Amino acid sequence: MTSPSPTTPSAHSRGAARTAVICAGVAFGMVGLAYASVPLYNAFCKATGYDGTPRQGPALSVAAAQSTDSMVVHFDTNVAPGLSWKFAPEVNSVEAKLGETKTVFFRVKNTGPKPTTGVATFNVQPGLMGGYFVKVACFCFNEQTLQPGETIDVPVVFYVDPAVRTDSNTADLTEMTLSYTYFASKNGQPVTAAVAATGASGTKRDF
Amino acid sequence: MATAATHAGAHEAHDHKPSFFARWFLSTNHKDIGTLYLLFAFCAGMIGAFLSFGIRMEMEQPGLQYFSNPATYNVFVTGHGLIMVFFMVMPALIGGFGNWFVPLMIGAPDMAFPRMNNISFWLTVAGFCSLLCSLFVEGAPGANGAGTGWTVYPPLSTAGHPGPAVDFAIFALHLSGAGSILGAINFITTILNMRAPGMTLHKMPLFAWAELVTAFLLLLSLPVLAGAITMLLTDRNFGTTFFDPAGGGDPILYQHLFWFFGHPEVYIMILPAFGIVSHIISTFSRKPVFGYLAMAYAMVAIGVVGFVVWAHHMYTVGLSLQTQSYFVFATMVIAVPTGVKIFSWIATMWGGSIRFTAAMHWAVGFIFLFTVGGVTGVVLANSAVDKYLHDTYYVVAHFHYVLSLGAVFIIFAGIYYWFPKMTGRIIPEWAGKLHFWLAFIGANVLFFPMHFLGLAGMPRRYADYPEAFAGWHKVSTYGGHIFGLGMFVFVIGVVLAFRSKERAADNPWGEGATTLEWTLSSPPPFHQFETLPHIVDEPGAH
Repeated sequence: MTSPSPTTPSAHSRGAARTAVICAGVAFGMVGLAYASVPLYNAFCKATGYDGTPRQGPALSVAAAQSTDSMVVHFDTNVAPGLSWKFAPEVNSVEAKLGETKTVFFRVKNTGPKPTTGVATFNVQPGLMGGYFVKVACFCFNEQTLQPGETIDVPVVFYVDPAVRTDSNTADLTEMTLSYTYFASKNGQPVTAAVAATGASGTKRDF
Repeated sequence: MATAATHAGAHEAHDHKPSFFARWFLSTNHKDIGTLYLLFAFCAGMIGAFLSFGIRMEMEQPGLQYFSNPATYNVFVTGHGLIMVFFMVMPALIGGFGNWFVPLMIGAPDMAFPRMNNISFWLTVAGFCSLLCSLFVEGAPGANGAGTGWTVYPPLSTAGHPGPAVDFAIFALHLSGAGSILGAINFITTILNMRAPGMTLHKMPLFAWAELVTAFLLLLSLPVLAGAITMLLTDRNFGTTFFDPAGGGDPILYQHLFWFFGHPEVYIMILPAFGIVSHIISTFSRKPVFGYLAMAYAMVAIGVVGFVVWAHHMYTVGLSLQTQSYFVFATMVIAVPTGVKIFSWIATMWGGSIRFTAAMHWAVGFIFLFTVGGVTGVVLANSAVDKYLHDTYYVVAHFHYVLSLGAVFIIFAGIYYWFPKMTGRIIPEWAGKLHFWLAFIGANVLFFPMHFLGLAGMPRRYADYPEAFAGWHKVSTYGGHIFGLGMFVFVIGVVLAFRSKERAADNPWGEGATTLEWTLSSPPPFHQFETLPHIVDEPGAH
C-alpha cells in the first residue's frame, strides 16, 4: 500500500540545499534593498522632484523664459538651537515670472562669541512644487564659517519651471514658500545642539 | 485520502526517544520543537496578557491610579504589542502549529533542516530574554523600559529614549527576526522539496499553503525590518543620521521601511489562521472545503497585494493626493481575496452536516469577528476618514478584532482541534465551549466599546483621559476581566485532559478529518513517514 519514494535522499537534499541557498540570497537581498532605499529614494526624488525635493539644474535659455505668468515665492528662515546666528532674507517674498531666473540674498550674522560653522537645509511648500522649483546656485550647497560679529550676504539663484502649469496639481498655484534652516555643522554635516555646545564628535548621546 | 495508516504503528516498538535534556534542549524533532514553540508562546502570552491587564486597570478610570509615571504606562503598551506579535502569535501559529503539522500534512518525515529548526526556536527565546531585559533598564529619561510603541518610530526611539532599553528591544527584534527568517527558509524548503509522492502543490492541504505563503512574506519583509532597526541602532549609537533631518536623514523613511515590513506582518499573523480555520470548518461540516484552489490563490493574492499597501499606515505624514489615492485603492483591493475566503468558509458550512464541537465554536466565532475587524479595516483604508481616526482607539479596536479576536481565536481553535492529535489526550468539550463563550463575550465587551471611544476622539497610548471617556473605558475593562476568566477555564481544561485516563482515537473527529495527520496514531510516533505515503486520490476534494 505504500510505495517507496522514487526520489533518492541525496536528490532530495540537493534540491533542498538549492532552495535554501536561493531563500538566503533573497533575505540578504532584501536587507540590501532596505539600505539601498536611501540612495534609490534620493535618486528618484532628484530625478522627479517627488516629495518636495527642489531640483538643481542649469539656467533656462532666454527663449524658454517668455511666460508672463508668475509665482510669488515667500522666504522662510530658521536657525536651529546650538547656533547663535541671525538669518533673514533681504525681501520676504519676490514675484518670479515663470522661467525667469531670480537672485535673492540672505543676510547671515554670527551673534555668538566664537567662530562657528553652519550649513543650511532647505525645502519648499507645498511639496508638490518641489519638482518645478529649480535652484541654479545656492548657499545651501556649501557650509559657511563666520567669525564673531561677522555678517555675510549669501545668494540663491532659482527659476520656476513653466511646466508647473501643465500639472493639474499645481496649475492653479500662485504662491509658494522656500524654507531654510541653518544647523551647526561639523565636516559639512549638520549636528545637534548638544554636540554643537560640547564640541563632542558625532551625535553620540549620553546614557 | 492517503494510505499511510498502518506502517506508523509498526515501527512504534523501536521508537526510542532521547533523554529529557537531549530531547527538549537539543531537539531536532519537528513535533518536539513545535511543542516547545507552543509552550513558549503560552508563557510569553501570559506575560503579554499581564501587561495588557496593567493597561486595562489603568484605563478603568481617568487619572493615574497604578502608574506614577505615564512613560511606564507606555512601556507596558510597547511590551504588550511586541510580545503578542513576535513572541506569542508568530511562535504559536508558525513555529508551533506550522512545525507540528506541515510535515505531517505533506507526508514528510521531518522539516528539511532539523538543526536549523532548533536554532530558530532558541533565537526566538534569546530575543524574548533581550526584550525582558529592556523592561528593567532606563529608556526614556527617568523611566525604565522602551515606551516607543511596537513601531519604534524615531525620533521618539532615538532622541526620546537615551537609555539602553531601546537597544535591548532592537536586539530582541534582531534575534527573533533571524529566528523567523531561518524558520521561513526551512518551511519553504520543506514544502517545495519534501512533499510525499503524488502530493502536488494543488493537492496540498490549505494549512500547508498558508504556511508557504507566510514563509515567503517573512522572507521578503523581515530583512527590511532588520535593515530599518539596524539603521535605528546606528543612529542611536554610532552617529549616523538615517532618520535625523539635522544630518539629511528623514524620520519618514523609517516609517516607510517599518510598514513595508509591518503590513505583510499582519498577514503573517493571520494567514496561518486562515489555513487552520479552513480545516476545522471542513472537518466539522463533513464537506471538502468550498473552492479549494480559490482559497489557496486568495492567500497568495493577499500576500502579494499585502506588499504594496504599506503607506495606508501613514496617511497623516503628508503624502501627496495621488499617493494617497493609490494606497486607498490598493488597500480596498485586499478586501476582494479576503471576501473570497469568508464566502468560501460559509459555503463550506452551507448544506454540511455541522457538529458544533469546541473547535468549531472558535472557528465560526472567528469568521464573525474577523469580518467585523475587516469592515472597520475598509473604513480605515479611506485616507480622508483615517485623518480623523489615525492613532485613536478606533484603530486599536480594528486591529484587536482581526488579531486578538482573529489570530488568537484560531490559536485556541487549533489547540482544541489538534490537542488530541498532539497529546493523545482529550480536553473536555464543556471546557472548550465555556472558554469560547467567556472569550467571545469578554472580547466583544472589551473591544467593541473602543470603536465608540475612537470615534469620540480618544487617542492611543495615553495613560490618562478626560472624564467624558470614562464610561466606555470602564465597560472595556470589565470585558478584559471576562476574557481573563476564560483563560482559567482553558488551563483547567488542559489539566483535566492530562489527569483523565481517556485516550484519543487516531482520528477522533471522524470522516470529515481527511488530512494525513489523522492517519497516524495519537500522539504520532516520534518519527513518522519513514516510508513515504503515496497520495492516490484528490485531497482538494476530500
